[in-house]
Amino acid sequence: MSTEQLELFEVFIRSSRGLDHKHVGSLHAEDHAHAVDYARDCYTRRNEGVSIWVVKSSDICSSQEDDAPEFFDPSDDKPYRHATYYPLPKEVGNM
Amino acid sequence: MNSSLNELEQAFQAKIDAEQKIEPKDWMPAKYRQNLVRQVSQHGHSEVIGMQPEGNWITRAPSLRRKAVLLAKVQDEAGHGLYLYSATETLGTPRADLIEALQTGKAKYASIFNYPTQTWGDIGAIGWLVDGAAICNQVSLQRTSYGPYARSMIRICKEESFHQRQGYQIMVELAKGTPEQKQMAQDSLNRFYWPALMMFGPHDSKSAHSAQSMKWKIKRETNDDLRQKFIDQTVPQIEFLGLEHPDKELVWNEERGHYDSGEIDWEEFNSVINGNGHCNRQRISHHVAAHEEGLWVREAQHAYNVKMKARRASTAA
Amino acid sequence: MSTNMAKSNQYDNEDTVKQKTLQYAARLGDDSLILGHRLSEWTSNGPFLEEDIAMGNVALDYVGRARMFYTYAAELAGNGKTEDDFAYLRDERQFQNYLLLELPRGDFAFTIVRQLFVDVYNDYFLTELKNSNDPEIAAIATKSHKETRYHLRRTRDWTLRLGIGTDESKAKMTKALNDIWGYTHELFEPDALEIELIELGVAVDPRLFKEKWLHDVQTIIHEAELEMPDADWAVRGGRNGFHTEHLSMLLTVMQSVHRAHPGASW
Repeated sequence: MSTEQLELFEVFIRSSRGLDHKHVGSLHAEDHAHAVDYARDCYTRRNEGVSIWVVKSSDICSSQEDDAPEFFDPSDDKPYRHATYYPLPKEVGNM
Repeated sequence: MNSSLNELEQAFQAKIDAEQKIEPKDWMPAKYRQNLVRQVSQHGHSEVIGMQPEGNWITRAPSLRRKAVLLAKVQDEAGHGLYLYSATETLGTPRADLIEALQTGKAKYASIFNYPTQTWGDIGAIGWLVDGAAICNQVSLQRTSYGPYARSMIRICKEESFHQRQGYQIMVELAKGTPEQKQMAQDSLNRFYWPALMMFGPHDSKSAHSAQSMKWKIKRETNDDLRQKFIDQTVPQIEFLGLEHPDKELVWNEERGHYDSGEIDWEEFNSVINGNGHCNRQRISHHVAAHEEGLWVREAQHAYNVKMKARRASTAA
Repeated sequence: MSTNMAKSNQYDNEDTVKQKTLQYAARLGDDSLILGHRLSEWTSNGPFLEEDIAMGNVALDYVGRARMFYTYAAELAGNGKTEDDFAYLRDERQFQNYLLLELPRGDFAFTIVRQLFVDVYNDYFLTELKNSNDPEIAAIATKSHKETRYHLRRTRDWTLRLGIGTDESKAKMTKALNDIWGYTHELFEPDALEIELIELGVAVDPRLFKEKWLHDVQTIIHEAELEMPDADWAVRGGRNGFHTEHLSMLLTVMQSVHRAHPGASW
């Protein structure tokens, strides 16, 4: 088969120091090293980043969206994990 | 079985109605997936094939500034093709399939790119009108229901804002330039205005995919609404250039608050789509030639990787 | 000699140095523009989309470099000339780029081999040029050197891939090495103008890093399991405007619109 069959990589970019790497998209490349170079050329043409991660798409293990109810909903009923659950006396002010 | 499919479809539609985005691993109707693959890949192909008519003038750009701008712009189109191909891949269609569909004529691209770029003015007209029309569409698509498509649209819109401006700036320079330059601008406007209107597709009443796509919020505004927006916004731009409007029937409609315009030559539209444009065969054969010429390069990098892995394994052993 | 005479001699001298620096900047602009132009021809012709975009970045770096050198040359000329006068209104005989850079883009192997020779060269050349005692030229060199560091990394990787990859890629790389080798010699042969500017600390003496260049190129070529070319022919003349037939074709295309509308602005 002559059609391009390169590996699919996901690209994560840190837009400036102190921030997290954020998923920005994907690209094709033969290997990891090449994928980093192409991420630089394809996703940082306008100073978008100071650091790049690439991951083979096939190496990503993800939660299933269909499992969402049992996976994520149980945390809905734990308001005591949030600061707003604890009103403070006016006299105390902020904490 | 049927009832559970029905339930899934209802839940899906409810999500869409609630303006929730659909993400790659969500359940989606087969038709939704199909429709998206068709639309997003067609969009991606348009970006990739669109590199050719403009790329045609990189070597002839009349100033170094224009040369750099055009090169960066055409390179951006490649980038946008990449973003869109990536979005399509999240739907389970690999890029190889997309390329094959493009090269065998199974997939379409914007028919405007079957028109030739004959003069430098055409580079102005394409940036201004063709990118302008595309941006109308893309701005609306930033709200499309499929997450990866919407995200790539947001990125593309951010990058494309300079594309239309650089095109219009070329037209401004030409229009205030020598009589020959002004004539060049008028000629390019005349040739690209109508094909730009055609980019929005057939009238809503005749559009095969429109109603369903609107219901699924793959499309957010109809072909005719977007086209009207483009027609209205272009009038003062043409006036500023001091050029003649190519539509002789154009007239302001106070009641509608829009311009009424002449009818598009749909015969030409269909004829060009169906292979009678100047460049239909040229665009595809150019793409095929580059892809085939690239085969030995892709094979070599793959072989290199395989060899390196084997060598590393044997030194480790 | 009266003091007046001495003064006017000094001014004459400053004027000549300025003229020569102008010519030097224009040459470096020519080198960058012609190579950038050739690289830009890859647009929509790359072996896959990502590489198309990457090559576009390299081309843009070179066009940008040409603009900086020409803009400085125009400033030195001081007669209202612009970068575009240098690019669009000089004839083939006035261009003084190295021949290597004007050769047609060829296949991907040809492009990579040319870049290999050029990138290793520029890595050394720009390192030295950063020390030019002409501050404008030094500033351009500083900006350009960062770009070249990345180009070289790209080119080295590609040389390994294509050299080691398949029999076909190896054959193409071998052919490209032998086709291009004879054009590299003039890169290390400064003419009278350059020697004078070298003595004044403005220009770079490429003879000083020829051995290092050779060593680096050889190392990469061997690492890529390729043979050093041993062709004993050498073609020279770029700095004298003695070009191959390819340059006039390139310029005819490049200058066509600009020249068809004299005095127009774009």
